[in-house]
Amino acid sequence: MKETRYIKAIAEALHEEMARDENVFIIGEDVGGPGGAFGGTKGLLETYGERRVRDTPISESAIIGLAIGAAAQGLRPVAEIMFADFLPVCMDQIVNQLAKTRYMFGGLFSVPVVIRSPGGGGLNAGPQHSQCLESWFAHVPGLKVVMPSTPYDVKGLLKSAIRDDDPVLFLEHKALYAMKGEVPEEEYLVPIGKADVKRTGGDVTVVTVSRMVHQCLAAAKKLAEEGIDAEVIDLRTVSPLDKETIFSSVEKTSKLVIAHEAVKACGIGAEISAMVCEEMIDHLDGPIVRVGAPFVPVPFNLEHLYLPNADDVIRAVKKVMEY
Amino acid sequence: MAAKEKLLEIHYSMVKVRRVEERLVEIFAQGKIPGFIHVSIGQEAVAAGVCSCLNADDSIYTTHRGHGQALAKGISLKSFMAEIYGRRDGCCKGKSGSMHIACKQSGVAGSNGIVGAGIPISIGAAFASMYRGENKVTVCFFGDGASNQGTFHESLNISSLWNLPIVFCCENNGWAQFSSQKTYMKLENVSKRAEAYGMRGVTVNGDDVLEVHREAEKAVERARIGQGPTLLECKTHRWMGHYVGDAQKYRPATEVQQVKEFDSIARFEKFLIESGYIGEDYPATVEARIKSEIEEAIAYAESSPIAGAEELFNDVYA
Repeated sequence: MKETRYIKAIAEALHEEMARDENVFIIGEDVGGPGGAFGGTKGLLETYGERRVRDTPISESAIIGLAIGAAAQGLRPVAEIMFADFLPVCMDQIVNQLAKTRYMFGGLFSVPVVIRSPGGGGLNAGPQHSQCLESWFAHVPGLKVVMPSTPYDVKGLLKSAIRDDDPVLFLEHKALYAMKGEVPEEEYLVPIGKADVKRTGGDVTVVTVSRMVHQCLAAAKKLAEEGIDAEVIDLRTVSPLDKETIFSSVEKTSKLVIAHEAVKACGIGAEISAMVCEEMIDHLDGPIVRVGAPFVPVPFNLEHLYLPNADDVIRAVKKVMEY
Repeated sequence: MAAKEKLLEIHYSMVKVRRVEERLVEIFAQGKIPGFIHVSIGQEAVAAGVCSCLNADDSIYTTHRGHGQALAKGISLKSFMAEIYGRRDGCCKGKSGSMHIACKQSGVAGSNGIVGAGIPISIGAAFASMYRGENKVTVCFFGDGASNQGTFHESLNISSLWNLPIVFCCENNGWAQFSSQKTYMKLENVSKRAEAYGMRGVTVNGDDVLEVHREAEKAVERARIGQGPTLLECKTHRWMGHYVGDAQKYRPATEVQQVKEFDSIARFEKFLIESGYIGEDYPATVEARIKSEIEEAIAYAESSPIAGAEELFNDVYA
């Protein structure tokens, strides 16, 4: 199978969906000629022209608002917000408008808007260009929140997101853009709302997402050398959560570690942990341990101390195993 | 000058908006309407003057004070009333209430409870029309207060840049909730801001429905034939408070009394009679017709059931 970079897989998904459906259009800052700040929309302007690939002024609220209005009229906008840290700039349009349009108008309008936006650290981009804000949006009914970790998943999930009739916040990870992985030549979709067991194991469940999937897999490899067999679940979608996959793994292992790059406090790990405690505490053998970033802004200079890594995951797993 | 038929349609629309809202104020006081409501009594000429220039498949976006525009655009009075009551037969199944009224068939693309938030959404509808090569025009209504939001700036800039088929109708009643215009902007006319976007800007007397209609028609026509957006400011008067029940202690008592001198309906009826379009007794027949339509709509709303528990989880997702 051919190896494709994560960012290239995104561009491939956009090309395919634009070719398939005339209603799909791209909107965002520098998405045309420059092909996006990171190259996700590369080549689209040349193929589909200015009508369908719309460079905008630096106006995040207008980008999302325009996408909502166009989607309610039957188009399928794919809006790019250059950094996930800029999502708060257009928070009203996302939270009060996009997420609530279907419900508040009694189902009159579908708003199939996809918002692509890269989050995460690893590039020393500082406190305003490195955050993982997924749990903010997972807290809002009406939105779906997707966070792919591999080139295969990012392509299949983006295609599903574009075809979805609900708003999808599609959170890419900047540090994964250059990552290579297998991507089939033939068309495929990855369903939204389905987690993926990236490694099977019987001793402990490690639930993770986005870039941390790779830290957890590296940790699992080391743990295996010490005789600990970890199951690594890649959530892929943080809203709605795939409870079934998480629960059936915890039923098997009775031990749970949750690892994400976002700040640990009120992160998606807190929700998963609470869910498991509420609904299956009898299956647990020991505490649930979370791995996440400390409660500080993402530091420009001390990112290496800030970002959770494989060693943190190993420590967490051992804590659970030694209980 | 518009044809007689159009003039009478506008007259009917204005009277209907006023009488519906007057009845809403009464019903609200009786505790029959949940939540809170904002009425546009005194501002009917804007809704009727602008919406009378639009086709059924043109879209409007409105605000928290949006009853008048929705009615003038042709929303069914029965489903409108049931919606305000929060009943199942409302145009949004009772989920929108007064503040988020929408109706697809009549082109009421949504009222918004966040000041200025409908403006960027409205440019999306205009964009969709252009994208598909359709001939539809979008009108976005908002107040003078909303023109201070960043969304106003972002949206007018893009619309002008992309030549979108849209009319931005600023219904300037001089009050942003509890604050008068001079306390929050140095300009006298919001329309002057259009120049900053390379857009055409016009200010009209929003209590003169003929003037509103004439300028709105120009703006809509320009949008329809690809000559781009207009910022149309209609200066009008809010007779009542920000919300129904607002004691308006922030407003000079003299202003509250004098405001009725600008009565757009009385002014228009005088014109229609003096120009020979209608006789002296015509308005009474319109009033009678509207009264029975309103009472019928209220009976419909009151007999419509409140949604059951199953509605709680409907329409969160597709």
